[in-house]
Amino acid sequence: MTRYLAPLFAFLGAIGLACTCWLIFTDTPLQYSWQPNNRHWVLATGSGSLFFNQKIFFWHVPHAIMLFIAVGVAGVSSIGFLWKRNPKWDDVALASVSVAVAFGAVTLITGSIWAKAAWGHWWIWEKRLTMSLLLWLTLVGYLLVRRYAGASGERIAAGMAVFAMIGVPFIYAMVGAGDNHPQAGSEGNVATLNSDMRPAFWSSMVTFLCWFLTLTITRVQSARMEREVRELREKGLDTGVLE
Amino acid sequence: MSTLSHAARIAWKDLRIELRSREIFYTMAFFGGLLAVVYSFVFPSNADMIKIAVPGMLWVSIAFAGTIGLSRAFDRERENDTMRALLLAPIPRLSVFLGKACSIAVLVLGVAVVVTPMLWLLLDVHLFDDPGVLILSLVLGSIGFALVGSVFSAALIKVRSRDVLLPVILYPLLIPLFVAGTSVTAGMLAGNQPKVWYWMGFLGVYDAVFLVVSLWIFESLVIE
Repeated sequence: MTRYLAPLFAFLGAIGLACTCWLIFTDTPLQYSWQPNNRHWVLATGSGSLFFNQKIFFWHVPHAIMLFIAVGVAGVSSIGFLWKRNPKWDDVALASVSVAVAFGAVTLITGSIWAKAAWGHWWIWEKRLTMSLLLWLTLVGYLLVRRYAGASGERIAAGMAVFAMIGVPFIYAMVGAGDNHPQAGSEGNVATLNSDMRPAFWSSMVTFLCWFLTLTITRVQSARMEREVRELREKGLDTGVLE
Repeated sequence: MSTLSHAARIAWKDLRIELRSREIFYTMAFFGGLLAVVYSFVFPSNADMIKIAVPGMLWVSIAFAGTIGLSRAFDRERENDTMRALLLAPIPRLSVFLGKACSIAVLVLGVAVVVTPMLWLLLDVHLFDDPGVLILSLVLGSIGFALVGSVFSAALIKVRSRDVLLPVILYPLLIPLFVAGTSVTAGMLAGNQPKVWYWMGFLGVYDAVFLVVSLWIFESLVIE
């Protein structure tokens, strides 16, 4: 059963991607601009409009949400691994962190493009951008530890994931206070969705959820296979079958 | 209660080794002082700008010198292969962790004691106008640094590339601590009391939460 899950979600994601692109470019009005004052999207013409730049919103937000879901999954499964010592938990944690790094990279790049279009700078220390960046750095550190720390890397990395998950509220409080280096920039909050943006938004949410599940399931399977090959090899070395 | 007394004994053992050789303290303190000199060359010597930059200089020095001290403190256990003896000792693992964290916090605080007057002397910034706030923030900062740092340096003790991996692990996790510390110092220099106490509370909560998490996680990370 589980072997069909990844292809199923990949198929759904492919259909969803086509639908989302169609909805984004045909169904959603072109000339929206973001009004910081009343926190609404308004139809605007002329210089206030973001035109096509607004469309990146439909990619950015689902990716960011998937990033935070993946971090939660990684933290919880790392707790499970440290507690129960079952390597299955570790496979899930490694898979979610790898996927989170990919989704985080997309979030940061699209966020940066958005920031340039909407606020005139490639990077501002806005609350959500800063949180994503710090989390992403921790996750890249996790992968470095997994790769270079040898046999005990699994445990150390699991500890890192737990600390990262617990650190999230602190990062949030830190950026929220807003009067120091990471300044809270303009109102970069998720917009109150206008009714004609909703189909495209939810369609892209479902699409990227399917894509996220495809990647995570595939990565869990490959992590498990890697581990099984490693264990078999060690067994072979022990019994003298392998040189 | 015995957990704490065992912890105190381990901390005292570490500090006594350090008092005899003074290796870590001298190198850390010299490095910290060196950083203060480097800062006074590489930053613009405009008095207003220096006043804004000094809190960052102070806490970055603590981070860098602290990392050196951290890896050296655990190298000592590795070279003599005494970490195993400590873990095999008939005392709770928690006391080993608490003792190690205490001695490292004292060392980091020692660096702060050297670096802060250096910054005051070289850059002429009035860091000592509110000594209570300064000392409290440095103590809380050193404790937080030592807690998270001891967990990961103890876990990295057998890893070959530990010197590279330690900062890679520590700095992303410690950014909230350093931001809070910097903000306390900046608020103190600006005479902004609400800001000082908001971030002081932040430091306190950070220490408390990571104390609990470290106590829980230390046992599962450090097994031989």
